Amino acid sequence: MNRDRTLRIDRIACTGHGLCAELLPELVALDEWGYPVLPQAAVPARLQAHARRAVAACPVLALRMEHTPR
Amino acid sequence: MNTSAPTATGVAVDTRLLSGWYATGRPADLTDHLRQYGTPPVTAARGNRHSAALIRALEAAGLTGRGGAGFPTAQKLRAVAAGRGRAVIVVNAMESEPASHKDQFLLAVAPHLVLDGAVLAAEAVGADTVHVCVPRARSTQHWQLSAAMDERRRACLDAVSLRLQGLPHAYVSSESTSLVRWLNGGEARPQGAPPRSHERGVGRRPTLVHNAETLAHLALVARYGPVWFRQAGTPDEPGTTLVTVSGAVAAPGVLEISLGTPLTAVLDRAGGPAEPLQAILLGGFAGVWLPAQHLGTPLTRRDLAPLGAAPGAGVIVALPRAACGLTETARVLAYLAAHSARQCGPCRLGLPAVAEDFTALAAGRADPALLSRLRHRTGLLPDRGACRHPDGAARLAASALRTFADDVERHLTYGACPAVHRPPLLAVPPAEPPEAWR
Amino acid sequence: MTTLALTGSPLWYASRAGGSLALLLLTATVVLGVASGGRAAPRSIGRFEIGLLHRNLSVLTLVFLVVHVVTAVLDPFVHLGWAVTVMPFGASYRPLWLGLGTVAFDLLLAVLVTSALRLRMGVRRWKAVHWLAYAAWPFALFHGAGTGTDTRLSLQLWLYAGCLASVVGAVWWRLAKAGPGRAAGRLVAAVTTGAVPVVLTAFLAAGPLQPGWAQRAATTALHLGGGR
Repeated sequence: MNRDRTLRIDRIACTGHGLCAELLPELVALDEWGYPVLPQAAVPARLQAHARRAVAACPVLALRMEHTPR
Repeated sequence: MNTSAPTATGVAVDTRLLSGWYATGRPADLTDHLRQYGTPPVTAARGNRHSAALIRALEAAGLTGRGGAGFPTAQKLRAVAAGRGRAVIVVNAMESEPASHKDQFLLAVAPHLVLDGAVLAAEAVGADTVHVCVPRARSTQHWQLSAAMDERRRACLDAVSLRLQGLPHAYVSSESTSLVRWLNGGEARPQGAPPRSHERGVGRRPTLVHNAETLAHLALVARYGPVWFRQAGTPDEPGTTLVTVSGAVAAPGVLEISLGTPLTAVLDRAGGPAEPLQAILLGGFAGVWLPAQHLGTPLTRRDLAPLGAAPGAGVIVALPRAACGLTETARVLAYLAAHSARQCGPCRLGLPAVAEDFTALAAGRADPALLSRLRHRTGLLPDRGACRHPDGAARLAASALRTFADDVERHLTYGACPAVHRPPLLAVPPAEPPEAWR
Repeated sequence: MTTLALTGSPLWYASRAGGSLALLLLTATVVLGVASGGRAAPRSIGRFEIGLLHRNLSVLTLVFLVVHVVTAVLDPFVHLGWAVTVMPFGASYRPLWLGLGTVAFDLLLAVLVTSALRLRMGVRRWKAVHWLAYAAWPFALFHGAGTGTDTRLSLQLWLYAGCLASVVGAVWWRLAKAGPGRAAGRLVAAVTTGAVPVVLTAFLAAGPLQPGWAQRAATTALHLGGGR
């Protein structure tokens, strides 16, 4: 079963609310204007539950977690 | 194959798209075009949806996109042909890059080559409509293309319907997703990735977007074959390409050159440098400053990649030693910042901040923390927007800091250099936001 | 001051208490929703915490709302069928004012269901339904004022005043923070919000706080295409 997941941000929908960085600081950082910086898109298995929470928390649903395309 | 390939002795092997122009010295109307090239070889398989022969020929020829991204043309056609639903062709003739004039020139002197290419591509992927997108502000071009399309209609040349579309002109409106969005009734602003245009684009149909020049090459490959195409260029990057040479050269203009030509030879074809050069701007406003010592490099992606450069949209601007590269870059960045679509954080906030700092640097008003702040912010621009606009600006800024490192030192220590007062070298449009997106 | 009618059934008390609590919780939910929607960054609490609090309060609101509705239907004093819980203006007891409550309940159910399915719906559709929450709150308030047995109690009136002040205050704060720019739109929104307490006060003064309200409320019905 493919358990590889990647994060994807809809950059047009994103308005810099920053809840993703609060809930997933290991993977999401914020620039000086509050917009997310994603150094790596791959989500390790141990963080996938947290990532799901971050995806649900975004007020504009800009953060998504997807199956990594092979 | 119809008429014989244009490799008669005495004619340079790299004069292909512009051979009609050089032969007659005037723009080719339909009669001239048909006399020189014959009718487009639309296959007899007109009843079928796809024509795989052309795609195979393009693959063998190794044609890549001439709009800047250099994507293999055959691959794009294949992807669209495999899509669900009747496909649509979009001819990207916007040429929003201010320093580039090749597409406008090509459309003025050989419009039917481009239109042939579009019709042949439509045949290959099973499309029934071709949208030719040009800025509505270029009224002469609009009128000329309209006349060319009328000629074809009167001659009942094409089985597909050709439509001329006049779009608002902004730097980002020539991005392929901008075109699709506008054609769907929206604004000429980039859209995020899903869905991809080749799967669901105009009218939710698979859409093939090609640069005008690429389609002209396609039209010739369809007539003369891949072997002929590979007679010019290098084995990895075959064919010819159009470049716009400007700046400190004796005879600036649009030239057709074989890929793999050293940059010095290209400059010589444009009359040679008018003054000693310190660098060239290669690719466009989203390109890279290449120092003069590297001008022996051949114009190919492969040779330029280790230098952090790429042919891009075929823009070459010669920067003389007497000019200030930082001032030119600052003006370009201000323009790029004003012309973003303002949809994503990095373009709304990060890019204007970088442009502002660069202007301060060029004007000699830098504070001590400016350079580190500039590097940090420039590093945060790539891959954080819905399109590659911030990436391009970051690439230009970073290359300027590298290539003009000595000037940076001098500006930080002594303030602006006297070259700041020279008339501008690059023709940068005013840094005002676009008037309309629709 | 009217004395409390202590001779009712426990179910009726439960319904009144549930209703008031639901209104309080709904007010708190709306206030948090309004406050967190803008770009303001809270200092000592995470944004996700405000979001979770907002969501949990809305669920709690629903719990007490269900208590309120169920006890009201089960209570023998008024003859309400189960249908009036979701179909407005068909009740036999104070039909108009009860109906407002039913409308509010329906709107809240829509908001809660769409929020649970948010990830599948897309932001635009979800947001459109969520805006209905702004309508649910004044409906609930007027329902309480019109049907409530306790409307004339000063404690209840203070409760209404508190709810009004919090929501109007939150909306005005948010409108102020959204500036400058779009001044016309913000002004219209501010005036509309300020109209709610004014209208409620006028209504209370002319309606429930006057003697004989129970008879008038009982006979005020909304004829939706054919009456009885």
